[in-house]
Amino acid sequence: MKVTLIDYGAGNVTSVERALHRLGAASQRSHSPECIAKAEALLLPGVGHYATLIRALDERALRTPLLDAIQRGVPFLGVCLGLQALYEASAEAPELSGLELFPGSVRSLPSTVKLPHMGWNRVKLSRPSRLLDGISPDAYFYFAHSFAATSTTGEAAALCNHGADFAAVIEKQNIFGVQFHPEKSGDAGAKLLQNFLRLAA
Amino acid sequence: MSLAHRIIPCLDTDGARVVKGVNFVGLRDAGDPVALAARYNAEGADELVVLDIAASRDHRPTFLETIRRVAAELAIPLTAGGGIRTLDDARAVVRAGADKVTVNTAAVARPELISELSREFGAQAVVLAIDAKRLNNHWDVMIRGGRESANRDALAWAQQGVELGAGEILLTSVDRDGTQLGFETPLTSAISRAVSVPVIASGGAKLPEHFAEVFSEGAADAALAASIFHDNVQSIRELKQFLSARNIEVRLPC
Repeated sequence: MKVTLIDYGAGNVTSVERALHRLGAASQRSHSPECIAKAEALLLPGVGHYATLIRALDERALRTPLLDAIQRGVPFLGVCLGLQALYEASAEAPELSGLELFPGSVRSLPSTVKLPHMGWNRVKLSRPSRLLDGISPDAYFYFAHSFAATSTTGEAAALCNHGADFAAVIEKQNIFGVQFHPEKSGDAGAKLLQNFLRLAA
Repeated sequence: MSLAHRIIPCLDTDGARVVKGVNFVGLRDAGDPVALAARYNAEGADELVVLDIAASRDHRPTFLETIRRVAAELAIPLTAGGGIRTLDDARAVVRAGADKVTVNTAAVARPELISELSREFGAQAVVLAIDAKRLNNHWDVMIRGGRESANRDALAWAQQGVELGAGEILLTSVDRDGTQLGFETPLTSAISRAVSVPVIASGGAKLPEHFAEVFSEGAADAALAASIFHDNVQSIRELKQFLSARNIEVRLPC
């Protein structure tokens, strides 16, 4: 099984690639609709601005093959912006449509706390999580973001809090998303990626 | 559930080797950046900063190679900087594997650089490094490795930098740097309470108590040190255990 990393020109692709490599997983970068349509497992990394990611998906004609693959049951993991893209929209670029695989939208975290939410934080399980399987409830993960899915936290497998509760881990059938960066989250992050690889195998 | 206070070792390099000095002068060799990075990653460092303090154009390819080799060792975030003057300089550093870039002198000379980087990489990837030196009743911004005054108030510059798109401030006390007398807590507190982004305190750390003080009284979100970690004066693991026992939230390595 090979993980296809969606390389839209910006983002933390190299870090994710290295993290997968450390786990002995095969991966390839791609921004071609054909490769994404044929992928065995998909990973959408992403940092920076929501609009950059969504525009790149549309300009490179990746939206349809990506949604088709997910529809067919190809395991998908969205990291950081890759999680945010799964919702209907984001206040960071309200004119754009997300992938609409989860209800609700992404909003700014409140200005009552320091933003970006930057550093190591813990998550609180809301329901059994396949991604967090075997990871200590006290584990910390590395976050670096100002926007988050605060609107539909009921759907989340695990929440984090920074001024407000937000979705830290979401999972539904073959669709997974994490707001933090597992590729930068030490042993706990490596274990989470390993869980995804096992689920995808 | 709240953010852990971060402990960040810093590798000051001449491009290829880690160097150290007092008050930015009198440099001497302090080791191999890749070996140190691997050690800190294993010891529970929360992030790593790598700076090219020579920052000459000739050294650039060497420094980028150092970033690549260091990044390969890390499962934690990497910040790189020193001599970043343009968007292209920053792109090269990010492509080499840095998650964040720091800007200092070039941002003072041309503040729009901060906005350009923030638009391209997002605010979370732009760290404004400020070297501050006490001058009468305020702190003056120093540039060119702490050697020259920018004739600018550090607090006002920090606020302007955040408005322009910096997502974090790396605040070094030039007066304390290399002295091991402790962080300059009043400076850290003044800046941290004046900006909406996280602040990394730097300069003067030696004892665990120094870290406890800068996190509590100084309101720092993270604290950075170099030689005390390189020389094994202070282990990251024991430092975190000390802080945890004082009810300061840290990520304890398992």
